[in-house]
Amino acid sequence: MTRILGFWRSVVGKKVVMGATGLIMIGFVVVHMLGNLQAFLGSEKLNAYGALLHGPLHEVTLLLRGVLLAAVVLHIVAAVQLTLLDRAARPVGYARKVPQAATPASRTLRLGGVLLLAFIVFHLLHFTTGQVHPEFIPGDVYHNLVSGLSRPLVALFYIVSMLALGLHLYHGAWASLRSLGAAQPAPSPLHRPVARVLAVVVWLGFTIVPVAVLLGWLA
Amino acid sequence: MKLTLFVWRQPSGASSGQLVRYEAPDVSPDMSFLEMLDVVNEGLVLRGEAPIAFDHDCREGICGSCGLMINGIAHGPMKGTATCQLHMRSFKDGDTIYVEPWRARAFPVVKDLVVDRSAFDRIMAAGGFVSVSTGSAPDGNAIPVPKPDADLAMDAAACIGCGACVAACPNASAMLFTSAKVGHLQLLPQGQPERHRRALGMEAQMEAEGFGGCTWHGECQEACPKGISIDWITRLHRDFIAATVTQREESAADAGF
Repeated sequence: MTRILGFWRSVVGKKVVMGATGLIMIGFVVVHMLGNLQAFLGSEKLNAYGALLHGPLHEVTLLLRGVLLAAVVLHIVAAVQLTLLDRAARPVGYARKVPQAATPASRTLRLGGVLLLAFIVFHLLHFTTGQVHPEFIPGDVYHNLVSGLSRPLVALFYIVSMLALGLHLYHGAWASLRSLGAAQPAPSPLHRPVARVLAVVVWLGFTIVPVAVLLGWLA
Repeated sequence: MKLTLFVWRQPSGASSGQLVRYEAPDVSPDMSFLEMLDVVNEGLVLRGEAPIAFDHDCREGICGSCGLMINGIAHGPMKGTATCQLHMRSFKDGDTIYVEPWRARAFPVVKDLVVDRSAFDRIMAAGGFVSVSTGSAPDGNAIPVPKPDADLAMDAAACIGCGACVAACPNASAMLFTSAKVGHLQLLPQGQPERHRRALGMEAQMEAEGFGGCTWHGECQEACPKGISIDWITRLHRDFIAATVTQREESAADAGF
């Protein structure tokens, strides 16, 4: 127990936790994206998938939700604590600082994380519980999706948030394997072909849905 | 060459500092950056002003004493080069150059551009060594070391401890330094008996000194005058996980060494 606590208290231990929880969330995001894309197969198909998750697979869904919630909480707690530590490590900044290797993704990671948290809260209230969805019908996933995303401002929030998700993954999917010590030594360690493809696929896979609703492809 | 400098001046660690403008009207492109500062300092001394204090020793790029933030880049615009090996031909006539000290809570300013890097010494003392019996020198090659391991260990052992990785890191993290100093010993047979204590002990000391954590920006390896790769940070993470899993529960007495 002291060993686990010591691991969690250390900076490297927290980074490992962030990497592991990040990979869990990446797994969820990919499955969620594949689920969403069934909207293009028609309303029956999507609603049947929703009914499957809440009917026969109900217990599995609950279990996965528990794991996901624990991952999200650990990821956020570690991120907040590490951010405070990092801020404190440089009380006096530079008059001039020119980044040499940091990418837009790595530099917006924390800001993007905050945006994604706000998005997740809104998204759950929107499509899972329906509190902020004026035309919510429990169980009719396809109807909720199309009517929810046909409001341009809501769709825009989804599109911007998915851009943040893509950037978060471009850095996070690569960095998590490094934090877990799983990445192999490479001649140019900053190259990340797998994370790049994953980020683009996830970004496009999620963004196509609100875009399709706005363009009237899904009705 | 004619240059305009903005140099951080701070009389002591306790006092406040600011950037001060200096004109350097007669700079040769063949001067090193430190020689250029020497010339500026001669002018300051002749005018009765205090010269700009900066750290330097070998001026051959191997001692790790020098280190300046030059126009927002640790050790200046030339890759794989310490400040002393940066030459003024890397700049153009009429350039404005900002010169600042390394900035980190763990590297307090002593004076002007000089910072106290003894935090690195304390990280080394927390495990950056191998314990050997003293006596007559052992026979060369008595312990076989695979050539690829020796080469790789040398890549990390090339670290001169200048602190550019900390200076360049947006989090003022010392992970590249610590991982290089842990990593080169972990690859060698002599480093094995203490490998877990080393990884845990040096990581703990790094935290105690007030350095930040790694967020994989990669700024450190770009700034490193010895080209040390962030792969070493990945190795330290791996060692740290292994050490946590396999360490025996130590009594309070032998936890510190």
